[in-house]
Amino acid sequence: MPEAIAYELAKKQKEISVAEFFERNKHILGFGNPTRALITSVKEAVDNGLDACEESGILPDLYVEIQNPHEEECIIIVEDNGPGIIKQQIPHVFARLLYGSRFHAVRQSRGQQGIGISAVVLYGQLTTGKHAKITSKIANDHPAVAVELAIDTNKNRGEIQHQQIIHWDKPSGTRIEVSIKADYKRGKRFVYEYLQSTSIVNPHARIVFKEADGTEHTFERTADALPKKSEEIKPHPYGIELGTLIKMAKQTNARKLASFLKNEFSSMGDRTVNAVCEMAQLDRNTNPQQMSRDQFFAVHQAFKKVKIMAPPTECLSPIGETLIRRSLKSETQEISPEFIFTASRPASVFSGNPFVVEVGIVYGGNLPKDKPVRILRFANRIPLLYQQGDCAVTTAIASIDWRRYGFDQPSGTGVPVGPAIFLTHVASTQIPYTSESKEAIADVEEIENEIRLAFREVARKVQTHINKKVRRVKTREKFDLITKILPEIAKKSAHMLNKPVPSLEKVITRIMDVVWIEDVVEYEKVRGRPVQTKLNVSNPTGQAESGGWIAKSTIMVVNYKSKPQKFNLYALYPKGAVVGEVHPKPTKVTDSYLKWSLESIEPTKKIDVTYELAGINKGDFDENDLYVQNINPSFVIGADKWEGD
Amino acid sequence: MARDYTNVITKIDSIAAKVYADLEQAEIPALQLSTRTKANIKFDDRLNVWKYGKNKTQRAASSLDGAYMLLRTMYMVDFIKDMIKDKKSSTLRETYYISEGWNLGKFSSQNESDLLAEDLEVITGCMREDFKLRPEEDGARVMGNLVVEEVTRNNTKKKIHCQDDVGDAGYGIPYNVEKEKLSFKQVDADFIVAIETGGMFDRLVENGFDTDYRAVLVHLKGQPARSTRRFIKRLNEEKKLPVLVFTDCDPWSFRIYGSVAYGAIKTAHISEYLATPAAQYLGVTPSDIENYKLPTDTLTTEDVAALKSELDDPRFQDQFWKHEIKLQLSLGKKSEQQALAKYGLDYVTDTYLPEKLTELGMAKK
Repeated sequence: MPEAIAYELAKKQKEISVAEFFERNKHILGFGNPTRALITSVKEAVDNGLDACEESGILPDLYVEIQNPHEEECIIIVEDNGPGIIKQQIPHVFARLLYGSRFHAVRQSRGQQGIGISAVVLYGQLTTGKHAKITSKIANDHPAVAVELAIDTNKNRGEIQHQQIIHWDKPSGTRIEVSIKADYKRGKRFVYEYLQSTSIVNPHARIVFKEADGTEHTFERTADALPKKSEEIKPHPYGIELGTLIKMAKQTNARKLASFLKNEFSSMGDRTVNAVCEMAQLDRNTNPQQMSRDQFFAVHQAFKKVKIMAPPTECLSPIGETLIRRSLKSETQEISPEFIFTASRPASVFSGNPFVVEVGIVYGGNLPKDKPVRILRFANRIPLLYQQGDCAVTTAIASIDWRRYGFDQPSGTGVPVGPAIFLTHVASTQIPYTSESKEAIADVEEIENEIRLAFREVARKVQTHINKKVRRVKTREKFDLITKILPEIAKKSAHMLNKPVPSLEKVITRIMDVVWIEDVVEYEKVRGRPVQTKLNVSNPTGQAESGGWIAKSTIMVVNYKSKPQKFNLYALYPKGAVVGEVHPKPTKVTDSYLKWSLESIEPTKKIDVTYELAGINKGDFDENDLYVQNINPSFVIGADKWEGD
Repeated sequence: MARDYTNVITKIDSIAAKVYADLEQAEIPALQLSTRTKANIKFDDRLNVWKYGKNKTQRAASSLDGAYMLLRTMYMVDFIKDMIKDKKSSTLRETYYISEGWNLGKFSSQNESDLLAEDLEVITGCMREDFKLRPEEDGARVMGNLVVEEVTRNNTKKKIHCQDDVGDAGYGIPYNVEKEKLSFKQVDADFIVAIETGGMFDRLVENGFDTDYRAVLVHLKGQPARSTRRFIKRLNEEKKLPVLVFTDCDPWSFRIYGSVAYGAIKTAHISEYLATPAAQYLGVTPSDIENYKLPTDTLTTEDVAALKSELDDPRFQDQFWKHEIKLQLSLGKKSEQQALAKYGLDYVTDTYLPEKLTELGMAKK
């Protein structure tokens, strides 16, 4: 009898297609409302384009266009200059959920699940009934192919509705055009912000954005080299789930437990392998295919007990401080910030996943002084736009006492108030998002800690800079006023006594009682002397080959003390820059600083120290980091005490 | 009334000369003057008043504030010299406005120009009257059986009886009460009562206390102007009238008494001209609050701080003040003169003052 009911029930049980599942759960994937849907769609298409270009070593050149034919409908067009996709693969890539090359790989990449772009195509089909149009060209001597795609939601398969061969000017690339239901009016601001943010963390990409009304924005490329390609690594024992371990053991070619552990995992040397086997009380020669669940469990437990080296970090591709600085500078031009500082942490690990944190602070300019700082969050070069409050980045920032670093923070916790933008980039093989829509990083203690440390580091730089500046401004104000007030005092007293006005130079020197050091950095363009190796890629926009820049620093040293001063001066310069002409002759030149043993400077006298730097971009270096030695540093304005190399 | 200002000009020029000499010798220009703080007032046995001690403050151009101060000083002394030459004088407020034309030497508030005038007094030992500077207002009032003779602006002498020739508001004390301007002709009174508030002054006038008790009533108008203090001192010294000070019962009022009797901290350089060492404090005392069960207010934190500061004030170190101040701190209360009205409008003149006078050994003859 019970059997009969089970049969009855079985008639209703069938496989739920992933597409159907999506239909019911679209909010989880970021399609919850028409505004979100617009941004998510643009985001997925742009991420895909960037990934495609980078994987094939091409500097990305993206074109994003949004048309708004009806109030509720948008046509999204995203074009890249990537390698293109062969025709047979197009339906799989664009119209099949959970299909992709990256899901199984342990390395840093934008997408992970393989839901992204197909979900956009599916969403478009569900909301507008229109098919996505994909154009692709794989090489210069191949014609382009244009197809119309539909998704069979029952079979989780894409079906080509229509195809034709067309001519396309691009050497290679992919273009997607998809109609979706979206709220353009509300969403367009976010699309702009998303693209701008993307451009900040992808300095090697150039993005052109055409709005529905025809307005075009260009987010220029600020780096001519692709990011270091992230290497694929094997999973690290610390992060592995028991089930995955068992699955890997079933699939391995290794015949022995020891070789299985050594070959299929990262950071497993012979010694560690032995330690794990010993801890699990298993023979090294056990055949992994024949191990019991209990034996796997013992191995899994042993992983946690044995000290295993951190995973290698080649799998990560951080942006780098120089590039973060450069693109922040380029994207905040309108704000004309006072300064930009960055900091990056060494790679670290959470449950077997390596990760690295980079941060930057843009300070001053037109940024509002009485509002909370703006927080820009990025994970694997993807901007995170929503759920700021739930993100580990925000939690970490809020837990710092910013009052110590000169920011306002009413209660000593929370997002500080001040004229600043805080940028955070977390790069990892596995970003622990709070949900599938990938908007916030979960509060993993290790990550939060690293973010905190990075911000403390950068905040110290900000504070030192501000303090130095305040001291300089105060001294200058005093100097300006003294040089105005003192002659007046002299004139008045001379007038009352009918005597000649005395000379004041020495008195002013005595009042100032400092050695004043001030620097200017000027850039000069040099033609025909390329200073940076560029990737040899065809550049569709036909950008002219630009020459290099030379940064000329002039450091003025004035002795406003009443005795002659003789001391050593040090100037730090950025990594990779090449030192050109230097005057006077330095006593030491290393790969990071120059040292001068200055001749004795008489009271009220001034000397100029100049040097040239090549091999850097304009604006990379706009202020000298100066240090002094053999003089009481409290006498000196504009340089700190040299603490040694 | 031509006056010889040669001495003043010499002293003023010496300020300019000091600054000029510093500049000429490549020294940072600086002026020295007595420190004007509570910690630097000492009792002068010879003069019987409190004067500045040995501590000196340096006003040097090495700091921005000091440089500004020196520049203003130069403008100010030049201005004073011009006034002496042109036979003009100006109010302190006018001086503040005159500085509009002093470029960087411009004062940012009248408080600054007033302080500088006092600084100059301290440095030169002159009085601001010597500098042709006068205060904005005085207007303190006098009522009593006394005739003063004033030299008016028309250079005529005028006798004024401070009861018969004046209305209920009394005789107004001019800003200059020196001998060339004012003298006391005929006095028929037993003592002076210096009163803090206008309301109490008017109460005593309305109740005829000046005639009934042969008193000269002087309205202090809060912290008394220099001319009021000088007027009281001269009347005390020249006509041998005892002085009784009648104020509210709070730390600020004790300081009013202090400036009348001992000399004020700000003007300790001229205490011997202004202070009346024989002045006695009549009330309202903290003990009165208890004895007369007066209505009170609670001491504010500022009041408490002021009382504590008075405990360290060298002028308030005698038994009486130590006891009263400590009592008030323990009561935590303060009271006003006019709180005596609790017992009716005549209570102050019929009961309180006669009792206090008896206590002080000055009962009606």
